[in-house]
Amino acid sequence: MEYFLTEQQKTLKSLAHRIAEERVLPVRAELDEKEQFPTAIMKDLADSDLFRIFIPEKYDGLGGGCLDLCLVVEELSRVCSAVAVSYAATALGAYAIILYGSEEQKQKYLPAIASGKIAAFGLTESTAGSDASGIKTTAEKTADGYILNGTKQFITNGGEAEIYTIIALTDKTKGPRGASAFIVEKDTPGFTFGKKEKKIGIRASATRELIFRNCLIPSTNLINKEGMGFIVTMKVLDNSRPGISAQALGIAQGAMETAVDYTRQRIQFGQPLISLPVVQYKLADMAIQVEAARALVYAVARTIDSHVKSFTEESAMAKVFASDVAMRVTTDAVQICGGAGYMRDYPLEKMMRDAKITQIYEGSNEVLHNAIAIELRKRKGKRE
Amino acid sequence: MNIVVCLKQVPGTTEVKIDPKTNTLIRQGIKAIVNPFDSYALEEGVRLRERYGGKVTAISMGPPQAVGMLRDAISAGADEAMLLSDAAFAGSDTLATSATLGKAIEKIHNYDLIICGRQTLDGDTGQVGPEMAENLGIPFIAYVSKVEEIANGKIRVQRMVEDGYETIEASLPAVITVVKEINIPRLPSLRGLSKAKSAQIPTWTAQDIGANKESIGQAGSATWVVKVFYPQRIHHAEMLKGDPEAQVNALVGKLREGKLI
Amino acid sequence: MGLIFDKEKCTGCGSCEPACPFGLIDIVEEKASIKVEGCNLCGACRDACAFEAIRIEKEIAAALSDDEYHGVWVFVEQRNSEIKGVGYELLSKGREVADTLNTELCAVCFGYNVKGIEQLTACGADKIYLIDDPDFTTLSEDAYVAELVRLIKLHKPEIILAGATPFGRSFFPRVAAILKTGLTADCTGLDIDTEKKLLRQTRPTFGGNVMATIICPSKRPQMSTVRPRVFKKKLLQTPHAGKIIKVDFNKSAISSKTKILHFVADLTEKLALEDADIIVSGGRGLGKPENFKLIRDLAAALGAGVGSSRPPVDEGWIPYSHQVGQTGKTVCPKLYIAVGISGAVQHMAGMQTSDCIIAINDDPDAPIFQIATIGIVGDLFKVVPLLTEKLKSG
Repeated sequence: MEYFLTEQQKTLKSLAHRIAEERVLPVRAELDEKEQFPTAIMKDLADSDLFRIFIPEKYDGLGGGCLDLCLVVEELSRVCSAVAVSYAATALGAYAIILYGSEEQKQKYLPAIASGKIAAFGLTESTAGSDASGIKTTAEKTADGYILNGTKQFITNGGEAEIYTIIALTDKTKGPRGASAFIVEKDTPGFTFGKKEKKIGIRASATRELIFRNCLIPSTNLINKEGMGFIVTMKVLDNSRPGISAQALGIAQGAMETAVDYTRQRIQFGQPLISLPVVQYKLADMAIQVEAARALVYAVARTIDSHVKSFTEESAMAKVFASDVAMRVTTDAVQICGGAGYMRDYPLEKMMRDAKITQIYEGSNEVLHNAIAIELRKRKGKRE
Repeated sequence: MNIVVCLKQVPGTTEVKIDPKTNTLIRQGIKAIVNPFDSYALEEGVRLRERYGGKVTAISMGPPQAVGMLRDAISAGADEAMLLSDAAFAGSDTLATSATLGKAIEKIHNYDLIICGRQTLDGDTGQVGPEMAENLGIPFIAYVSKVEEIANGKIRVQRMVEDGYETIEASLPAVITVVKEINIPRLPSLRGLSKAKSAQIPTWTAQDIGANKESIGQAGSATWVVKVFYPQRIHHAEMLKGDPEAQVNALVGKLREGKLI
Repeated sequence: MGLIFDKEKCTGCGSCEPACPFGLIDIVEEKASIKVEGCNLCGACRDACAFEAIRIEKEIAAALSDDEYHGVWVFVEQRNSEIKGVGYELLSKGREVADTLNTELCAVCFGYNVKGIEQLTACGADKIYLIDDPDFTTLSEDAYVAELVRLIKLHKPEIILAGATPFGRSFFPRVAAILKTGLTADCTGLDIDTEKKLLRQTRPTFGGNVMATIICPSKRPQMSTVRPRVFKKKLLQTPHAGKIIKVDFNKSAISSKTKILHFVADLTEKLALEDADIIVSGGRGLGKPENFKLIRDLAAALGAGVGSSRPPVDEGWIPYSHQVGQTGKTVCPKLYIAVGISGAVQHMAGMQTSDCIIAINDDPDAPIFQIATIGIVGDLFKVVPLLTEKLKSG
């Protein structure tokens, strides 16, 4: 299938592919088993300039677009989506600064992220998952700066990141207009971490609580203006969601390849499994779904790169579709590979465990369906 | 610190097998690859530049297609590269090759350290490094597994021997050859790939380097290959049959019979 | 001069294509297409062509006809005053070569209080040029290079051999470069062309896939390095009178820019692999580092050394000092047992001359069976423990 990638994008894809094969593949099982953050691999990605992709050129970045980021995340996810999300979540953590930060904030933080400093985005709380308006973390303005109090939950890269963009309430009375976005650095007094969560999948990815107890940050760490919190959040998530679509796509691709490989070698009833019609049908189905997901994800990424003003619906569609494909394809892949697929010595069960989260985070598929329906209603279901 | 790294493009024959019927190499599109030990040499050069500042120059004596390998070297951190290519270099043995590389390095002129891989996959001799050092009249250390420090015009390294390692100090400029234990070569970076794409890699001929006709190519070679053949590997192992118990019993019987145990 | 291709004679049969070790030949439109740049005129394609469509014209320098150079020398390496086995092995081979050439055999040894000098004559040395000086134990390679060059220039041997040890492979090329003569590394065969009185040196290239025979016709001395255990040490039947010639070593004449600061020993194994009579080696087939226990247990039952192919060493399962192969050690024990080793060419290059090779592998097509004396196709996790058990119980 021809996707009309530029020479540069092909180079990028092949470099990410190589890193995935040479550096990630040998250790993915161990990282998953030990729930260990892939620090060395993050350094490899940084050394190869991959963190520079989503940073503008002015700040030591390479000024790449959404599709460039998706290509890297897809190739990494094909081998290990926990490694991929540790990388993608840094982009998520950086977007608030890139899109809404002041010149000083960009100068201070973006070059650091470009050279490989991990970042994270802190929105979710125990009372606020899909319903982001339920956040309770406060940021009280004082003469010395803002004092943060509250606890964020399930934050990807929590504890490993050095730079955090946090959404907190500056005015409890103003409802959605009462939240603001802040930059908080690791080791700021009053900022600690909860225990690392035990997850069924993406186990090498670090997920932790962020605990703020009278944490004082300079007022210059407020991003844009007070009250912009949810607007920043929506924009940030719209931009980062394609990365998660790419993660799901990569998982599906990896699972399909593994299943094809296995069914070519496994002999039952005197022939390779892949010769049996029932297996062929399932594999063909998997291939169709993966390719359709790819086409949608790339199209959405290109749409975003064309600088359209709004892309909430497109971003949501790609993520819903790709994540559902990932879950279906990985489950079918395990099924086709039978007993072997179920064994931890074989990479498929990890892919299935990893796929599930893509349907849940960065906007659960249910919430995204709602969002799509809202847009659909606005445009009366029509396309120009 | 001006560092010169010598690279050689070799056939990727590690993936090639012998066709038992014709006893020749099965050559389904042999790719040319960079000699693996030279990747370690390049990586060490780049690391030393990162530590001490300076420049890394990659050179290679080879056919025109070796330019691709030199571009890869730039994407992995070399600052510049040159290809030495000339029909006059054909038929060179290690003596002629080291003379040619030596001339090229003299043309580069400002060099503090020359790094080579310990040996090539095709020739396996490991001779070019030391011969080049003698031609240039500078110190030589083989099998370097770690560069400890470069200071006050001297280099201090660890070099592997059969039963451990020695710490050796030599004055610069010097030639060292490195083993794979020294580092893990980095992958290319995006900026490196971009730089490599637009890099100008000149080809130097025998004339460019002022090479003496008698010391290069066939004329400069002291050794000649008079015969090339594929080793006869038609051999029939005695395969022991049966279940593991039976096989083990048969094996122990034979070993005792042959007085090997 | 060079490679001459006669297109008319070429039938496009394609025999030359796989013969080229450098992959320079393609068949294009039913004729051979040869990339001449990169060709080193080895002649493999010419030999493969049944139609004489390829000619190699080389002006091989005429063999030196003068009588200036005589004698076969062997550089005998010592470490910590112990002579390395390869020194004796090369003297035994050197005796053969010297006899064919009807010339003398000399050993050259630099060290201090070196033990075992008498054995050098027992292996056939007519003369032993010996530097016996405490300073040599501290000096770097530079001193060895300078002294050997001086002696060679003085006495003009026609042939000199040295062991292809890490030291040999490092210092011998420097000697060759200073003398501007030819050196052939890692020879597995040494013969004399009696007509031209030339040393014919055979060595593996491409990790052992291709063998080449090399001569050094017009430069002297003809130099070769040979790996340990390639030739066998043979003591002469009749006692041999050899003369020890002490060489005075002028330390101040040596200007060295290299200094050895200190040495750190790696003594993980008491038995040096090269000296073991029996070796049990493990490969990738073991699957996990813990499974090397199977190898160690079998080795213990046999009193054997423990070896490894490259993949376990690369993975960090076992130290590099156990690696057998092209970039590891070359061994030639009486008995070599390869467990879970497929037999990559690079590994075989390090052990294929072992007297008896046993291969245990679950893949009947594994290349190791091509050089094994006895093969067992089976599950090593069953076979090896059974074997260990049987050997222990007698």
